[in-house]
Amino acid sequence: MLKTFRIGGIHPKANKLSAGKAIQSIEIPHEVSIPLAQHIGAPSQPVVKKGDKVKVGTLIGKSVGFVSANIHSSVSGTVKKIDKVVDVSGYRRDAVIISVEGDEWEDSIDRSETLINECTLSQKEIIDKIAASGIVGMGGATFPTHVKLMPPPGTKAEVLIINGVECEPYLTSDHQLMMEKTEEILVGTTLLMKALNVSKAIIGIENNKRDAIAKFSQLASFYPGISIQPLKERYPQGGEKQLIDALIRRQVPSGALPIAVGAVVQNVGTTFAVYEAVQKNKPLFERIVTVTGEEVNNPCNIRSRIGIPLQVLIDFAGGLPQNTGKIISGGPMMGKAVAYTDIPVTKGTSGILIIPSSKAKRKTPKDCIRCAKCVQVCPMGLNPTLLMNLSEYAVWDRAEKNYITDCIECGSCSYTCPANRPLLDYIRLGKGKVMAIMKARKN
Amino acid sequence: MNAILLAVALLGIIGAASATILYLTGQKFKVIEDPLIEQVQEILPGANCGGCGFPGCRGFASVLVKSSTMDGLFCPVGGQETMDKIAAILGKTAPATSKKIAVVRCNGTCEYRPQTSIYDGAPGCAIEAALYGGETDCFFGCLGLGDCVDACLFDAIHINPQTLLPEVDEDKCTACGACVKACPKDIIELRKQGPKSRRIFVSCVNKDKGPIARKACEVACIGCSKCLQVCAFDAITIENNLAYIDDDKCRLCRKCAPVCPTNSIWEVNFPPRKEKASESSKEEIKKTV
Repeated sequence: MLKTFRIGGIHPKANKLSAGKAIQSIEIPHEVSIPLAQHIGAPSQPVVKKGDKVKVGTLIGKSVGFVSANIHSSVSGTVKKIDKVVDVSGYRRDAVIISVEGDEWEDSIDRSETLINECTLSQKEIIDKIAASGIVGMGGATFPTHVKLMPPPGTKAEVLIINGVECEPYLTSDHQLMMEKTEEILVGTTLLMKALNVSKAIIGIENNKRDAIAKFSQLASFYPGISIQPLKERYPQGGEKQLIDALIRRQVPSGALPIAVGAVVQNVGTTFAVYEAVQKNKPLFERIVTVTGEEVNNPCNIRSRIGIPLQVLIDFAGGLPQNTGKIISGGPMMGKAVAYTDIPVTKGTSGILIIPSSKAKRKTPKDCIRCAKCVQVCPMGLNPTLLMNLSEYAVWDRAEKNYITDCIECGSCSYTCPANRPLLDYIRLGKGKVMAIMKARKN
Repeated sequence: MNAILLAVALLGIIGAASATILYLTGQKFKVIEDPLIEQVQEILPGANCGGCGFPGCRGFASVLVKSSTMDGLFCPVGGQETMDKIAAILGKTAPATSKKIAVVRCNGTCEYRPQTSIYDGAPGCAIEAALYGGETDCFFGCLGLGDCVDACLFDAIHINPQTLLPEVDEDKCTACGACVKACPKDIIELRKQGPKSRRIFVSCVNKDKGPIARKACEVACIGCSKCLQVCAFDAITIENNLAYIDDDKCRLCRKCAPVCPTNSIWEVNFPPRKEKASESSKEEIKKTV
């Protein structure tokens, strides 16, 4: 019996249309816009101005404060302007717009494909290098990685968990990366183990990626302390708290971080970025993006520079189908529908999913029939229907007492609801309000 | 027979004993409350809307009685009249304030602000605003889902089905500010009601640069500063490509509205403008009389 998390969860159809498609590079357009807010926390401060020449890997945005991340140029060329550009948030926010000229990289970056195993850097040097390279969680949450590697005083990391679950339907970017960059990810894992000073790492991979499990199991024996754990397919297993429960059977307490139970979770994409940053001096300026959808001509996995408009990637995959109803940045469960195709790829763009108009529209909500399916599937053990009602009627104190802030916004409740109730819409609203109230109370 | 009498007597004794205990406890733990609070509460409208910033009318009444001055304390629902009455009871003076009214600063109707995407999530402005800028290319404008309507306790704000924008009923609006708090886009503002309800305001909150704002909505403020130039009273400021009229400084001279190239400055409750020709003819009439 394969391991999985113990509370709730659903099993949507995987629809991994682009599985096994080799990662392809795309041509860089003549202009890219690199948003300055690509991570959770304070947006970066631009350090370039109009007319400046930049190379691939040049620092263009400096992190502000502890929870923030550096931003590097993904192209070489001239800074055209710093202006507001619509990004995945659906609003205009500051971005550095660069006119592309050639493809000249910073000299410090090692562009060779050779694998570098050895690392003589100390724990602190590794973390500093990760922070300088602007690495953030690439599973979608975009939390700055260096912050996770510095446990607050009084806590100690015991085990590193590498998240190769990719439980979102349709997405295959992590899977393909695991197949093509297996050794790099394993080296990245050892680097993260060194940074955290732990001797044990577990790579969790869902059982629908058997080729990746086989490849990792075969190579992991060369890397002491790393074990591979196949997991039963279940959504949202890629959530930090669910993955910790699935792998080491520990429950993160309400309101606490995974470090409270001695675990640190990093995505495989992040781990690969850590490898490139530490061993190849390459800052984070490109990532793997899956472009997929039932009507898409050529679903594929693309290595895209940050700042390239989604339209370029969609064109590469065969263009926008005639009957497109919705374009989602990310996966179908946790991704976000976007209203424009000229928004740029950011560090958190794991996929572009194109949904035909016949399936895009939501069904009309009906009255709650009290079936409690949402309670059954909630992976955090919450009562979604109650939380929705409390949010709808603005009963914030009760919402707080019913742990609304523990919601991970996985959408399992909305997915499963037979009455098509917009549970997550309201819970997300309530979560934001309650968090603001709690923050105000603290100050 | 005896048993019945016994029961009656016993109950009577228990009742009397309990009554004595209750009376004594009541005396011992009596809360002496200022009778003024009760009186003030009776004058207050009793809507418990929270527009004063205190939890309900009783909360506000006790603050009024306890505080030494009435500065900064105002019941928007009752208005100046109520405050004066309370001041008379309390022997304090109520500072003079002008009556305010909620003003919706968006005039991007469907006609002027074309829809570019369809939102089919849960019907709530706050929910939609958290997801993206809205169904039009103007990311600042009204979403039209009526969070303000739900927030209003006085039935004073409604979505006009033609324009899909909220409209304030001047007679019912008490300026409690509930709609201002409910609007996730900060479109609604409490402004001075003005003499004869006459007001001038910029009916737009778009902070995008002119061309972007204009492309998204024909009646958006483009920050061209034409109004700034004609204002003789320094009442207009332009910040982030958006004009704002300070209602403390505005003298309602009506010079700014006609120069606005996008008609985003609104004048309400003014008599219609007269043509220049008719004005001159009127003067002529005066002369002849």
